[in-house]
Amino acid sequence: MTEPEINFSLAKQFGLLEDEYERIIKILGRTPTYTELGIFSVMWSEHCSYKNSILQLKTLPRSGGRLLVGAGEENAGLVDIGDGLAVAFKIESHNHPSAVEPYQGAATGVGGILRDIFTMGARPIAALNSLRFGKISNGKAGETVETVSTVSTAGRSKFLFKNVVKGIGDYGNCFGVPTISGEVYFEECYQDNPLVNAMAVGIVKHNESATATASGVGNPVFIVGSSTGKDGIHGATFASEEISEESESKRPNVQVGDPFTEKLLLEATLEVIRSGAVVGIQDMGAAGITCSTSEMSAKGKCGMEINLDLVPLRDENMSAYEIMLSESQERMLVVVEKGKEQIAIDIFDKWDLNCVEIGKITEEEKVKIYYKGKLEADVPPYDLVLGGGAPVYKREIKEPAYFKDKRAFDLNSVKEPEDLNKVLLTLLSSPNIANKKWVYEQYDYQVRTNTVILPGGDASVIRLKDTDKALSVKVDCNGRYVYLDPYKGGMIAVCESARNVACTGAKPLAITNCLNFGNPYNPEVYYQFSEAIRGIGDACRILETPVTGGNVSFYNQSQDYAVYPTPVIGMLGLIEDVDKIMTSYFKKEGDIILILGKPVDENSIKNDIGGSEYINTIHGLTEGNSPDIDTEFEKKLQEVILKLTDERLVNSAHDISDGGLAVALAECCIMDPENMTGCEINIEYSGRKDFRLFAETQSSIIISADPGNIKKILEIAEMYSVNVKETGITKGNRFKINTEIDLPLREIAEGYYNSIKNIMEV
Amino acid sequence: MAGVKAGVVVFPGSNCDHDIYYILKHIMNTDTEFLWHKEQGIGDRNLIILPGGFSFGDYLRCGAAAKFSPVMNEVIRFANNGGVVIGICNGFQVLCETGLLPGVLLRNENLKFVCKTVTLKVENNKSIFTGDYEIKEEINIPVAHGEGNYYCDSNTHMELVGNNQILFRYTDNPNGSLDDIAGIQNINRNVFGMMPHPERASDKILGNTDGYRFFKSVVESIQ
Repeated sequence: MTEPEINFSLAKQFGLLEDEYERIIKILGRTPTYTELGIFSVMWSEHCSYKNSILQLKTLPRSGGRLLVGAGEENAGLVDIGDGLAVAFKIESHNHPSAVEPYQGAATGVGGILRDIFTMGARPIAALNSLRFGKISNGKAGETVETVSTVSTAGRSKFLFKNVVKGIGDYGNCFGVPTISGEVYFEECYQDNPLVNAMAVGIVKHNESATATASGVGNPVFIVGSSTGKDGIHGATFASEEISEESESKRPNVQVGDPFTEKLLLEATLEVIRSGAVVGIQDMGAAGITCSTSEMSAKGKCGMEINLDLVPLRDENMSAYEIMLSESQERMLVVVEKGKEQIAIDIFDKWDLNCVEIGKITEEEKVKIYYKGKLEADVPPYDLVLGGGAPVYKREIKEPAYFKDKRAFDLNSVKEPEDLNKVLLTLLSSPNIANKKWVYEQYDYQVRTNTVILPGGDASVIRLKDTDKALSVKVDCNGRYVYLDPYKGGMIAVCESARNVACTGAKPLAITNCLNFGNPYNPEVYYQFSEAIRGIGDACRILETPVTGGNVSFYNQSQDYAVYPTPVIGMLGLIEDVDKIMTSYFKKEGDIILILGKPVDENSIKNDIGGSEYINTIHGLTEGNSPDIDTEFEKKLQEVILKLTDERLVNSAHDISDGGLAVALAECCIMDPENMTGCEINIEYSGRKDFRLFAETQSSIIISADPGNIKKILEIAEMYSVNVKETGITKGNRFKINTEIDLPLREIAEGYYNSIKNIMEV
Repeated sequence: MAGVKAGVVVFPGSNCDHDIYYILKHIMNTDTEFLWHKEQGIGDRNLIILPGGFSFGDYLRCGAAAKFSPVMNEVIRFANNGGVVIGICNGFQVLCETGLLPGVLLRNENLKFVCKTVTLKVENNKSIFTGDYEIKEEINIPVAHGEGNYYCDSNTHMELVGNNQILFRYTDNPNGSLDDIAGIQNINRNVFGMMPHPERASDKILGNTDGYRFFKSVVESIQ
C-alpha cells in the first residue's frame, strides 16, 4: 500500500482540527508519518481523549466512600465490599457500531466491557445492558393499521432491537457470564441512533488485582489472545462523528467478536495475574495496540519499543498503520517481569492462545514502533493521552430554546379519558413499561448459580459464594426527564437507580455512568450535557455514591436531531445478609399496602405528570417539566426502606416510576406470574384522577406488610420524617383502585407479559 | 458420601463446570475434582460429568469438537465398561456427538436462545438418575440453550420409548424436541444426558430445589 502525502487535508479526513494538526507538528518537531498521524487521530478522538467532556467529568465526586481505585485511574473502578473482596464495575457504550451492524456492534460492546473487568484481575460475575431504539410499533395499542412510514421506521427499529439482543445474548451466554438486568426504551429520537450500553461487574480479592501501568526498564511486552486483523480499523474515530448516510460504508470499522476466545482469554488472564508474572496489563479496545502501548507507558512514565513484525496477524498483508489501528477483539497487552516469561507463555499455551513478546520497556518516554526494519512511529506517550497532552476543550453553552414551549404547555388542556381501565391496560402493554422477558429470556441469567433475584423486577441480585453477602445492581435513566430538565433528570437517574437497589435491601455504594449525548459542538447539546452532569454530581454527593468511572458517547445525532440526553447510571449496592433480600411483588392476601414518600397535592401531581409515560403513550405528547426531586428526602427514604428490610418488617418493596402509582401497584400484583396477588386500593384524590393515577412522583415506594408490623413501620418512618400512608390491602385476584379501576389480574398480566413478543413475532 | 469420586470435565468453553462442582462438592459433600480436557485419563473417578457451556465455542456444531479431546477416549472407555456418565446441556450434546447417547440436538425451533424455568415430567423413576422422584412427578428445572431441540430417527425413537430410556419430558416444550424429550439414558442405563440444568435448582438460596433429588439419586446409586 502506498501511503498518501501527509498534510492537513488528510488529517481532516482523520477527524483532526487544524490547530490539532499544528500541535502534532509542534510536539514532534516535524511532519508526522502516516502511522503517527493515525495514532494521534485516534488518541485525540473524542472517544479516547474525552477532550470535550473531561472538564465536566472532573466536577463529579470521584473518590471517597469505599473506593479503592478512583475514576480514570484504571480500566474500571474498584469498590471495597469487606471480607477482603472488591468489586470492579463499569459501563460503556457501543452505539455507533450497533447502528450500522447491530449484532456484532452489540456483541463486541459486551466483549469490550468484560475485558475491562478481567484485565483488572476480577472475574466477571454479572452483565447488564441499557438499550434505546426507535418505536417498534406505532404506539397506540390495539391499532393494527399502520401508515407506510411507521411500518418502515418501526421495521428498522425492530431489526436493530432483535439483532442487538441476539448479539448481547450470544456473546455473554457463550462467555458464561449471567446477564441479569437491564432496561429498554423505545422513543422516536433513537430512530437513527440506537443506544447500546453494556455494563459488567466483577469480583477480585484485594491482593489479586492488576494494574494497567507499565514499569521496569527492560521488562518484556507481550501481546496475548487473538491475532490482529483488518477489522475495526479507526473504530474510535468512527465513534466520534455523527451518524449519516455515509455511515453504512463504515461497516468495516465495526469489530467482529469471538466470545469463545474471550472465555479462554479470561481464564488465562486471571491465571497469569495470580501467577505473579504480570507487572501491568491492559486490554485492547478502542485504538488497539496504539492505545494500550501509549496509555500504559504514559501511566508508568516510561517508554516502549515495539516490533510489529512479531505481532501475530490474520492477514500477512497489513501495513504498520493498519496493525496499530486495528481493533481486532480479544487481545491484551501484558508487561511481564523479566525472567518470568516462560510462566506466562505456559499459561497461554494451556489455553491455546497466542502469547508473543513484541517489545520491551524503555527509560526514554517514547513509544517507538518498528516494522520491516523501519521506524514507523516515534511518539511521546504523555502527549497522546487523556490527562497528558491530549487536547481539552470547554464548549459553548446555551439553554435550549425548546424549554420555554415545553414548560408553558398547559397539561390541563389534555383531555381526561373516560375509561381509566383502558388507559391502564394500554400503559401496561406499551413496550416501554411492559415486561421485557422477550429480551431477558434470550440471555443466560443464571449461569454460575448466583442469581437470587432474577431479571424482571427492580434491581437484580447475585449472591457471593463463600460469604453471606450479595450485590444488587441496576442500570437506569429516563431520557425524557433529562430532555425536559437535564439537571433534575440527572439527579433522578441517580436517585432512581439507588432507590431500585435499596428496594432489594441493598445499600447503594457507588455508580458508573454512560453519558449518551448529541454533538458537543451544538451549544444546546452541551448545555444538556453539563447540566445533567451537575445533577448527577449533586445527587451522588447527597447519596454518598461516588462515580467510579464510565464512558462518554457524543455524536449520537443524525442530520435533523439528537437523541434525548441519556446519562445512564449503573448502580452498585451491597447486601450484608443475603437472607434479607427483598422482592417487589405482593406475597399473600391480607397484607397492608402502604406508600412511603412525600405527601402529594394537586400542584405536585400536575408537575409530576410532565414527561410521563401517560402523557406520551396515551396523548402522544412530550410536554411539561420533569418530575421534581428532593435528594435530601430521597436519602432519608432509602434509609427507611433499608431499616425496614433489615428488620424484616415488610413483605415487598417496589418504587413508583414509569407509568406512576397505578402501574406500580399493578406490577406489585403480577410480577410473580406463578403467584399473582390482587389488591383493593383507596386513594383520596385532589385534582384530576388521571394525573393522580399516572403521575411519576419521585421518592415513593410501595410496600406491603403483615398487619402486626404496621405500628413499628410507622414509628421508623416517623423517625426519619418520611410520610407513610396506608393505601389498601392485598386481596383476591382483581386489581381495584376505588371505583375507577377494576380488572382481573389475568387481563392485566396478558398485555404486560406478551406485548413485546406480539410485536416482535408477527 | 465417601464412595462417590466425581470428575467434572473442563473443556475450553465449558462454563457450568463450577456450578456442578459446587453442588457435588458443597451441597452433596462428595469428593469432586475437575478433569482438564487435555488429560489422558480419569484417575480414580467413578462418576463423570460433562458440564454445560460452549465447548470449543460450539463452532462447527455443538459438542462436535469436544469429542476429540484426549480425556474423552478414557471417558468413552469408562462408559462402555458400565461407568456412570452424565451430560448436562452442552454435555448432553457432547454425549450425542460421541455416540454414547443416540440422537442429536438441533437449533431451537424458534432459532432463539431460551433461558427460563420449565416443567419436566418424570417418565421413569427406575433409573439411577431419577430414583428419588415419583413416577409422573412434575418438577421445575431451568433451561438455557440455543440448541436443545432433540431429534432422532423413528427407529431410534421407538427403541427409546420401548426401553424406557426417556427419563424426562417437557410439559410445555421450549425448543421443539421430538416427543417432548428433555433427558434420555442409554440402553445400558449408565449414561444419561439432559438439556435442563438441575444444578441451577439444588441450592435453597436460589429458591428452587427440584434438582437436588437428581443428584441425590445418582450419589446414592453409586454408594
